Order: sequence, then structure tokens, then C-alpha cells
Amino acid sequence: MTAPLLEVRDLKVYFPVFHGFVQRLIGGGDAKVHAVDGVTFSIPEGQVFGLVGESGCGKTTIAKTLVGLVRPTSGQIVFRGKDVTHPDRKGLFHLREQIQLIYQDPHAALSPAMTVGAAVADVLRTHGLPSESGVRVLPKSEDELRAAVYQVFEDVGLRPPSFFYDKYPDELSGGQKQRVVAGRVLALRPKLIVADEPVAMLDMSIRARMLEFLLELKAKHNLTYLFITHDLATAKFMCDRIAIMYLGRIVEMGPARTTYADPKHPYTRALLQAIPSPDPERRSTKVLPKGEVPNAVWPPAGCRFHPRCPAVLPTCGWEGRDVIALLEERWLDLELAAREAEAGPVDAWEANGLIARRDVKEGDPAAVQTLIRGILNGGGGPMADAIRDVSVEERTVVVEFRPPDPLAPKEVEGRVVECLLY
Amino acid sequence: MTFETPQGAVRAVQDVDLTIDGGTIVGLVGESGCGKSTLGRSILRLLPENATVRGSIRFAEHDLLTLSPRQMRDLRGRNLAMIFQDPMTRLNPLMRIRDHFIETIRAHDPFVRVKEALERAKKVLADVRVPSDRLGMYPHELSGGMRQRVMIALCLLFKPALLIADEPTTALDVILEAQILQLLQSIMHQYNMSVLLITHNLGLVAEFADRVAVMYAGRIAEAGATVPLFREPRHPYTHGLLRSVIDLQTTKLYSVPGEPPSLLGESVGCPFYPRCEKRMAVCETVFPEVRLVGEDRRKVACHLY
Repeated sequence: MTAPLLEVRDLKVYFPVFHGFVQRLIGGGDAKVHAVDGVTFSIPEGQVFGLVGESGCGKTTIAKTLVGLVRPTSGQIVFRGKDVTHPDRKGLFHLREQIQLIYQDPHAALSPAMTVGAAVADVLRTHGLPSESGVRVLPKSEDELRAAVYQVFEDVGLRPPSFFYDKYPDELSGGQKQRVVAGRVLALRPKLIVADEPVAMLDMSIRARMLEFLLELKAKHNLTYLFITHDLATAKFMCDRIAIMYLGRIVEMGPARTTYADPKHPYTRALLQAIPSPDPERRSTKVLPKGEVPNAVWPPAGCRFHPRCPAVLPTCGWEGRDVIALLEERWLDLELAAREAEAGPVDAWEANGLIARRDVKEGDPAAVQTLIRGILNGGGGPMADAIRDVSVEERTVVVEFRPPDPLAPKEVEGRVVECLLY
Repeated sequence: MTFETPQGAVRAVQDVDLTIDGGTIVGLVGESGCGKSTLGRSILRLLPENATVRGSIRFAEHDLLTLSPRQMRDLRGRNLAMIFQDPMTRLNPLMRIRDHFIETIRAHDPFVRVKEALERAKKVLADVRVPSDRLGMYPHELSGGMRQRVMIALCLLFKPALLIADEPTTALDVILEAQILQLLQSIMHQYNMSVLLITHNLGLVAEFADRVAVMYAGRIAEAGATVPLFREPRHPYTHGLLRSVIDLQTTKLYSVPGEPPSLLGESVGCPFYPRCEKRMAVCETVFPEVRLVGEDRRKVACHLY
């Protein structure tokens, strides 16, 4: 097997959370967004690799890291056998000739004050014209430059090129703008194209055309794609291999065909199930994960999906704040909340790591202990089995969990899955 | 429905007939610029000043277009309500969630005390599954899904008969989208309410709507009960749109040729004519009347029928 075109090893990208002056004085200033938190994958030459996940899962951060727009916190990026994790200025300049990014919104990617011809010419003037030998030569004359841009426009189907050269982005349709952006990217003859949601902004009736165009370009120029999308259906059509991301980690990765046919991770299953099917005769009741994607500043312990997972186990990573979430959910029922008022309200509870506690100022801590134990055993499901003890310390009721089982990516039937079920 | 603009009149919505029965979800689908949002807003008379509307919009015993602004204000929020794509732009960032509820309640019942208003807020928030401690928070402290739930709760305060949902989940991820629509469906039954679901997503309409209207270039191309319409689309545009959906069963990509038309100026003939694969000579010059086609008496605006 030949070496992959791109290898990403244990990539981590954290962003500091901005803190006010006072907060910095009193501490707690080391909070950070765990945008990408230990991601490993590789892309063989000529393949389409899909990175799929919901907003905030870190997929766009990976794209930006690959082209040097964001600096990784740790980990390694190897491109064509060369470490490009922390390129210098010159290295980055040449790296960008080989890895190019297509953005979601072609309108935002083009300067409104520049004709689209000038936009492409600008790139060639900076980086030089690609040649057979692989050495880039700066254009000798404006005519040569213009001819090169015409060639690019021909290539992406903007014909006749002279008609488009002097147009401003405003005068073009969404599909045409997307072609200009693709042309500007291709002008440099890159090896790898990172396409970040390239069709999300397009209307459904013309979306397929763009996807076909991307596949055509790939075949013609022997390209490799990193295809980033939130849309599993599009990814299924486009990709050879896919990785499903959740909150900064890859939860499942494998060949697209088998992954769709038999998803292993409960999150992958949930995503697939949630896609609305355009067939009213196949309506089905969906069992959806609870709640929303948690804050990436304090990702859940253990498996990050555990608070929402329909297949969760007692060892998946329960912690104090899960108790608070359960109480909150339970007391949405106002009758139940009134009946269990002695254990509440929710804000009386605080969580710290594996512990949830409540200081009982009035009333009997032992009664609260009994009540909360009953609630957890009755409504906690697998969470209840993860509890080490519900105890009373002086006037404080303490719920303590056992630490979670260690979680690591595992090889399951030719796929990488990060889940304790396997 | 026409907008006056410096570039000329834009006919955003033309010759549209749409009926929403009590207790049903009607899906209004179309691509960007087809006039679906304008149609939704014109029901609530939430249109800018350069808009002129002709026709009639009957709601219960009222013709909404002849009501005085005062009468209309009373109906809005009380009997008719609307939620939008991005709740963050609809909630005031400087107001706590509780104040949104108090303001909305007092707009219709000016003398309600704060305590009673908050009790009513808690009740509707529980219906949309939002914990009541969120009342003390500001919009930016809530997640996207929570914000949309708060918007829905604000609409539910006066038990409206019709909720217009304009792309309510477009800003949300698939799982949240499904959650919000399941929620809409269950409260719709609980509150005995109708929903006009405006969306570009045919999948959502297929899953949730009882009836569908497909809009193209400001007109309704086809409208009817959901199941037969998806099983056997009659208008070539509906047909093309359904074929271009990319879902998990897709093995071959399809896109409708050409680009959506401009709505500027007077149009003659069928607006879909330049993109249609079944066009005939007559289509270029004569606009097709809406006809009732087939056993399900589907409305189709096409010369093929």
C-alpha cells in the first residue's frame, strides 16, 4: 500500500475562552473550547474522504487547520510524507498551492470589488503558472496571464471565458460563482481540495449539478477531496470513506458503503434516523437522542455522547451534572415537581466532577437522601447503576459516581468505532 | 402581491389559492425566492410598505385584508402566530426570557400581574419542554433549540388557531430539527391548532404535512394531499424537484436544468417554461390555469392537463 496523501494524527485544537479582567484575577481563566480533541485519520490519494457531523463538532476547524488558518494545539499533520504541522511562512505558501479550500458561501469567498477574472488572475500572479515540470513560473506578460485565466474558465465550464472575465460576482448566479471559486482553487493545480459544505447554500434543484461538477473535476485532475458536510445523504453519494464527528472526536470511521448499511455507533444511527425521508408512505416514529450538543468548553466525561445516548451503559461516564440534568428534565412535569419539592429546586444542586451535592438548609437531609435515591433508581436508568453511593455528610446530600471505563477507538469489522458497546 | 422596487415591480406572489383546514399541517415548499415566505407574511400582514396585496385572506369569520390595523394587531399573537428561521433575531437580546413573556401577555391583556403572567409562561414552557429557570436568562444564554422552543412557547400563550412556521428548523441540525418538528406535531394536537409549514425541505413536508403546496416563481404549481402528490407528482417542476432530492436511497443525481427565474416585470406564459422538459408551444405564451386533476382532485397549473 502506498503512503496516504494526508495523515492527521491525534490532532487537538483548543481555543481559549475570553475572560474579563476580574475573572482572570480570581482564576478560572484556563477554560478553553475543545474544538478538535484527538482526531486521527488519513486520506489515500484519489479518494473522497467525508467528515460528517453537526454544527460545532469541529469539522470546519479541521479544515482550517489543514490550510494553516488555525494553528493546532498538538498532534501531527503529514502531507505527502512531510510534516506540515507547524509550517514556516514559506512552507505555508507552498503548502497552500497543494491544499486548497472551497467554502460554503461562494458569494462571501469572492471580493465584490474585483471582477472574477481578476480574482483568478491574482492567484496566478502570486503563485505563478503551474507547468508540466511542477515548477511554477511567474507570468511574463498580462496577455499570458489572461490566457491562463481563460484556460481555467474553460476548465470549469464558464464559456466563453471572455464573456465572464470582466463580470463582477454580483452579476453571476450562485452556480456560476461556485464555478469561479472552483476555478480559482484549481488554477494552482492542488493535490488535495478541502470542500467545506460546498452545496449547503444552493437550492435543491441545482445542488446535484454542483456535486457532479466536483466529481468531474476530481476525475479530470486526479484530485483528492476532504468533503465536509452535515448532510449524511450527500456524503453517502460523494464519499469513499467517512468519519462521523461528535464534539471534537471521531466516533465512527470506515468505508462509506458499510457504514451506511450497518452503522455501529449509536450517534451514527441517530443521525441516520433523523434524516427526513421524502416519502410520506415510509413515515416512522423516530426515537431521537435527548437534548442538544453540550458546550465544548466542558465536554462530558467518558463518552461525550453519553448524556444523550439511547444505548448508554452504566460505565459510559456519568457525573454529577447528569443528575442535575435528570432533575431538570423530570421536573418539567409541574405535578411531579410539586410532589418532589423537598428534593429541589434544581438550582439548589451543584455538580463537581463525579459528585452532585445539595446543602439542605431546612428540613431533614435524610428525607432528601431517600427521596433522591428513589428518583434516581426510578428514572435514572443506566445512570442509577453507575452511582457509588448516595450519602449524607452533616447537612449535605452527596451523590457520587464510579469513574467511567476508559474509552478508546476500536477496530470493529473494518471500521474504527469509539464506543463501549464494542 | 407586488413589491415596488427601483428596478420595477416584483410580483412576489400571484394568483395563489391556499386553504388550511383546522387541525392540519399544510406544507408550503419551494426554493429560495419563490414567494413562500412572502405568502406566509402576507397572512399576518407583516409586509413592508412597498408591498401591495390584492385578493382576500379569510380566517375564521374575518377577511384579514379588510381589517383595521388595530383589529389585525389583536388577531396577531392571539389567533394567528408566526415563528421564524432564526429565533436569535426575533428575541430581544437585552430582555430576559421572562420579560418577553410578560410583554407578549400584556400586549393583549394589559392588566395582568407579573406573577400571573409568569405562571402562564411556566405552563407553556413546560409544554415545549423548557425548564422554568430559563425564564431568568437572556436569549444568548440559551442553545439554538431552546430558543426556538421559547419562540414556540410565546406563540402558544393565547392558543392560536393557526401557527405559521417559516423555515423553523433551517438553522438547526438534523436531530434538533426532528425534535422540534415532533414537538410541533404534539402541541398541534394538544392545542388543536393548524400549522402552515414553510420550508425548502421536501423531506420535512413528506414526514409531517397532511397537504402540500409547491410554489414556483410566485405561483402555486401544484397542491394536494401529501401521499398522492409524492407518489405521483403531476407538475413537471414538482417532478423535477422530487427527483433532485438527495437522500440515502439516491443512486443517481438529478438536477432541474437552468436557473430559477427573476420575478421582475410582467411575465407571460408558464414561468417554468424555460426549464421544463415537457414544454409545448402553448407554454411560452399562455399561463396555465389551475385545474383539478385526477381522483385526488389535485390542483395543477400545467398545460399537460
